[in-house]
Amino acid sequence: MQSFAYVNATSVDKVASLLGRTWDEAQVIAGGTDLVGELKEHLISPKRVVNLKTIPGLSYIRQDAVALRIGALTTIADIESNPIVQKQFAALSQAAMVIASPQIRNVGTIGGNICQRPRCWYYRSEDFPCLKKGGDRCYAVAGINRYHAIFGGGPSYIVHPSDSAPALMALNGRVKIMTSTGPKEVGMDDFFTLPETSVRRENILKPNEIITEIILPNPTPNAKSLYLKVRERQSIDFALVSVAAMLTVVNGVCQEARIVLGGVAPIPWRTPDAETFLRGKKISEAVANSAAEAALEGAKPMRDNAYKVTIAKALVRRAVMALG
Amino acid sequence: MQQKMKKVKVTIQERGEPKEIEIEVPDDGQVGWGDVTQMKHIGQHIPRLDGVAKVTGKAKYTYDINLPGLLYGKILRSAHPRARVVKIDASKAMARPGVKAVLLPDDVKGLFNKECRYAGQEVAAVAATSPDIAEDALALIDVQYEKLPFVVDVDDAMKPDAAQVYGDRKNVSDPRVREQGDVAAGFATADVVVEATYRCQVQTHVALETHGTVARWDGDKLTVWASTQGVFSVRDELAKYFNLPATQVRVITEYMGGGFGAKFGARPEGIIAALLAKKAGAPVKLMLSRKEEHLTTGNRPSSIQQVKIGAKKDGTLVAYQRSNYGTGGVAGGAGIPAGPYIYAVPNFRVEQRDVSTNAGAQAAQRAPGHPQASFGMESVMDELAEKLGIDPLELRKKNDPNKTRQKEYDIAAQKIGWERRNKTPGAGSGTKKRGMGIGSCTWGGGGSGTKAQVTINNDGSVEVKCGTQDIGTGTKTIIAIITAEEFGLSPQDIQVRIGDTDFPPSGGSGGSTTAASVSPAIKSTTMLAKQKLFEVVAPKLGAQPADLVARDGKVFVKSDPSKSVAWKQATAQLADGPITIQGEWVAGYSDTGVAGTQFVEVEVDTETGHVQMLKVVAVHDCGLVIDRLTAESQVNGGVLMGVGYALYEDRILDSPTGHMVNANLEDYKVVGAMEVPEIEAIFYDEPHRGVIGLGEPPVIPTAGAIANAIYNACGARVRELPITPDKVLTALAQTQRKEG
Ligand SMILES: Cc1cc2nc3c(=O)[nH]c(=O)nc-3n(C[C@H](O)[C@H](O)[C@H](O)COP(=O)(O)OP(=O)(O)OC[C@H]3O[C@@H](n4cnc5c(N)ncnc54)[C@H](O)[C@@H]3O)c2cc1C
Ligand code: SF4
Repeated sequence: MQSFAYVNATSVDKVASLLGRTWDEAQVIAGGTDLVGELKEHLISPKRVVNLKTIPGLSYIRQDAVALRIGALTTIADIESNPIVQKQFAALSQAAMVIASPQIRNVGTIGGNICQRPRCWYYRSEDFPCLKKGGDRCYAVAGINRYHAIFGGGPSYIVHPSDSAPALMALNGRVKIMTSTGPKEVGMDDFFTLPETSVRRENILKPNEIITEIILPNPTPNAKSLYLKVRERQSIDFALVSVAAMLTVVNGVCQEARIVLGGVAPIPWRTPDAETFLRGKKISEAVANSAAEAALEGAKPMRDNAYKVTIAKALVRRAVMALG
Repeated sequence: MQQKMKKVKVTIQERGEPKEIEIEVPDDGQVGWGDVTQMKHIGQHIPRLDGVAKVTGKAKYTYDINLPGLLYGKILRSAHPRARVVKIDASKAMARPGVKAVLLPDDVKGLFNKECRYAGQEVAAVAATSPDIAEDALALIDVQYEKLPFVVDVDDAMKPDAAQVYGDRKNVSDPRVREQGDVAAGFATADVVVEATYRCQVQTHVALETHGTVARWDGDKLTVWASTQGVFSVRDELAKYFNLPATQVRVITEYMGGGFGAKFGARPEGIIAALLAKKAGAPVKLMLSRKEEHLTTGNRPSSIQQVKIGAKKDGTLVAYQRSNYGTGGVAGGAGIPAGPYIYAVPNFRVEQRDVSTNAGAQAAQRAPGHPQASFGMESVMDELAEKLGIDPLELRKKNDPNKTRQKEYDIAAQKIGWERRNKTPGAGSGTKKRGMGIGSCTWGGGGSGTKAQVTINNDGSVEVKCGTQDIGTGTKTIIAIITAEEFGLSPQDIQVRIGDTDFPPSGGSGGSTTAASVSPAIKSTTMLAKQKLFEVVAPKLGAQPADLVARDGKVFVKSDPSKSVAWKQATAQLADGPITIQGEWVAGYSDTGVAGTQFVEVEVDTETGHVQMLKVVAVHDCGLVIDRLTAESQVNGGVLMGVGYALYEDRILDSPTGHMVNANLEDYKVVGAMEVPEIEAIFYDEPHRGVIGLGEPPVIPTAGAIANAIYNACGARVRELPITPDKVLTALAQTQRKEG
C-alpha cells in the first residue's frame, strides 16, 4: 500500500475539518476490515486516513420511546448479541449473525458495514481498471458475472455487499450523517445511489461526511421481521441473494410489508410491487408465490446469474410464509 | 514358521568412523514389524509431538526466520497473459533509498522471461530493506510490453484459429492412446450404454504457508531456509544453478506449512532469493503472496472427459471409451490414469490430450490425475446403475476386482446405513432432500531411499536425525513412535531432528512415500542401535543379547524379567561412549498399493441449490498404521480438500483479459469450519503389509461421491465441478423440464 498520514479524530464536530474535498485526499477508517484491503490492493491511495475509533461515545445501542439508536462505531458482534435487537429487530440481528466471520464481526462496525465498498472481483483486483475505479469499462459485462446484479445495473453491475443494509432498510431505518454544516438525517431508502447517478460511489456521502448513528423506529405491535441469506459457503461468504422482510400481519392478513433483496442490485433492492401486492392479502402459499413473482418482475439477469432469480423467489416465498 | 531373511548392507558409526556392515533383515513379503498386538505406541492415537509448538507460534517456519541485516525480496511479474518485454528501465527503482539489489532479465540466465506466456510470470526482482520499499520499487520499474494474442480458456485454445501459446507448435498435443481388447466389439455386446461428458476445473494448491525462501551467503557457502517438500531437491537445484559442490549448500526446513505437491526443488523464487542475496551481499527473505501463489506456483489441471460405457443387463462392464483433455497452462501434464479407473473392463480405449493455455503451469497436486479420473468414472458408474436399475453399490461390487475394496464397501455401507438411502433419486416431499453417494480410489505409496542416524547417549537420551521433512503429516511424530517402540521408551523421550541437508539424506515428501521411506529406515537403524546396547548390557545380566528385551523403560531378560536394568542404567554402561548408528531403508517393512472408498451423505436445498455436507465415511487401507491419530488427520484433510474440489474451489480466468479474477481466498473458496461434515475415518488394517502411505488417497474419492449423493438426493446430475448452487439449480430445472 502507499504511505499515508494517519490522523486520530477526537470529536464528531471536528471530523469534517480533518477530511477532504476529494476521496483522494482523505478517507475514514473504523474497524478497517474493508478499508485496509482496499489500501493493500491499491484500489484507493488517500493522502490521509482518519481514524474514527478515537471519537468517544460512538459505540452504543439505546432504545427510547420512539426508536432504537445504534452508534456508527458499534461492532457487528455487539449488535448480534444485543437482546433488544434480537427480540424486536430480528432482521438486523439475523443479518448481523451471518456477516463475514466471528473475527470480522468483532472489529467491523455497523457504519463501516453499510459504507463498505463493492466486492465485484474486477473491482477488487488491481489488474482491472474498471469504471468504478475511473477506468473506461465494466469488465463484468463481457466477463464472468455470476455474482453480479440482476436489477439496477448499468453502467456498473455490482451488487451491494452489505447484509446489514437490507435489514436496516426493511426495518425502515434512517442514518444520521455529520456534514460540514452540521448533522442531518436521511432515510435508508434515500441513502444508497445507483451507478447511473454515481458510478464511482454507492451512497450519497460526500468525502467530508460520516455516518454517526443508525435510527430504527420501534416496531409496531404486530410487526415481525427476518433476514434470510443464501451463500455458497456457510463459514464466510457474501450473499448470493438475501432477503430482509418486515411484515405486519393481523389475523393472517398482511397490513404492511417491507421486503428488501440483497445481493441482487447495486443497492439494497426494495420490492414495491410485492409489498403492494401483499397489503390486504391473507397469507397463503399461493400469495407468497405471487409476491415472489412480483418481487422478481423486471429482473434482468446477465449471462451467468439467472440462478439468482430462482433463489430470490424462493427466499421471498419463505420470508412471507415465515412471517405470515 | 521360519522367517525368510536377507542380508543388507548398512553404514554404522564406530568411534566416530563410518563402517559398513551386513545385517540380516526379514525379506520382502514377510514384514518384520512383529506382533502389533504387543505394541505400546505403534497403532495408537498419539498427538503430534510438535502440535503445541505449532499452535502456540513457537515453531518457526521459513516465514518466521529473521536474520541480522535481512532484506526482503519481491518479484515483478508479467502484467499481461502474453507479451514481449521490449524495454525495461529500473533506474528509478535502483535510486529508491532502501533498495539493495535489482535483477533484470539480462542479468541472469534462464530465470526471467522477456517472452511472457502468462500473467504472473517472473520478469524482474528487487531486494530492499522492507517489504513495503520492495513493493514500491517494483512499481518504479518501467516495463514496456508488446502485447501479443493470448488464450486462457481450454475450449477456446482448441479452436483452429486460437492464439498459439508456443508460436512454433499447436496448443493441442497429439493424443496418447491406450487400448485393450476390442472396444467396438465390446459395445456391440452391451445391453445398456451411457454417454456423458464430465468437467473438472483447475484447482490451486492453497498451502497455508506460501512458497518462499530465506537465503544467506557466507562466502561461497549458501544456507537456505525453504518452505519445501524436499530439502535435498532444493539443495541439488541450487548447487547446480550456482555451480557449487553439494557440500556448500545447506537447506533447512524445520517446519513447513503444507505443499500438496507444488513445493519441490528450489523453484524460480528460491533461486531469485539466492541471487538477490548474493548481489546485495545480505540475506534475503522472499515469500510469495497469496495472489502469486494462485498464479504461478502450480495447480491441478482441468479435465474434460467424454465418456462412453457399456454393460450387460446384469451389470457386467463390457466396454469403456474415454477422451480426456485438460490444461496445465503453459505446461503439459494434464493426463489422468490411463484406463477405466479402478473397475475391470475387458475392452477399453482411452485418449489423452494436453492443451496449452496462457496460464500458470500445473504442478503435481495431491494424487495427480486421480480425483479427476475418479469423479468421471464414479459419476458414469452411477448413471449406468440408474439406467440398469441396479443398486450403485452392487454395480461397483460386481465390477471391482480389488479384494480390499470389496471388504471396504461392506464396512462403509454398514457405517453410513446405505439401506437408509433414497431408493428413487429425488424422491420425497419438502425442499431439503438427502442423498448418499459412493466414490473410490487406488494409489501406490510405498517407499525407499532414506538414511537415518540414531544416537543413544550415556545419560539415556536418544536422538534421531533424518534428512526428511514434515510437510504436516506428522513425520517427526512417527519417527519418535517407532524409536520409542524399539527402545521401550515413550515418544516424548525421543529427540527427533529432521529437515536439514546436514542430516542423513532422505527423499522428497511426495507420492505418499514419506512414511514408507522413513519408517523402515528408523526401524532398521534403531534395531541396530539396540543390538549394540544389548551387546554391552547382556553380560552384566548374565544373558545373550538375543535374549534381551527393551520395554517400559527397562532392559530385561525375556525368560526372566526379574533380571532387569533400567534404560538409563543400561546406557550408563556404554564404556565406549554414546552409540551412534547410521542405517537405512530396508525392504520388508513397507509395501505399495492401497485402496479406499468413501460413502457420503448430503442435503440439497432444491430451491436455492445449496448443498450441505452431512457425513463422510472414509474407509482406507494403508498397511501398518503407525499413529492412528495423524492417520485420521490425513483422512480428514484429504476429505476436506475433496469437499473443496467438489463444491467450491475454482481458479477462474477472465477470457477477455487473461487475468485471474479470484486470486485471493475470498472468491477462491476453500472449505471453512461450517463446511466440515462429520468424517468417520476407518482403517482397514493390514499390519502384515508394513507401512504404505496415506497422504494422497483420501482426497481422491470425495468429489465423485458427493456428485452422486447430490443426484441421489435431488435427482439432478451435475457433471461439472465445482458443484455450486447455480449448477444444481440448472440441473434441477433440466430434470423438471424432462419430467414435465
Ligand atoms: C473476508 C470478508 C468477508 C466479509 N463478509 C461479509 C458479509 O458476508 N456480509 C457483510 O455484510 N459484510 C461482509 N464483510 C464486510 C465487513 O462486514 C465490513 O468490512 C465491515 O463491516 C466494515 O466495518 P469496518 O468498521 O471494519 O469498516 P472500515 O473498513 O473501517 O470501513 C469500510 C468503509 O466504510 C467507510 N466508513 C467506515 N465507517 C464510516 C462511517 N461511520 N461513516 C462513513 N464512512 C465510514 C470507510 O471509509 C470505508 O470506505 C466481509 C469482509 C471481509 C474482509
Ligand atoms: S461491475 Fe462495477 S465494479 Fe465491477 S467491473 Fe463493472 S464497473 Fe467495475
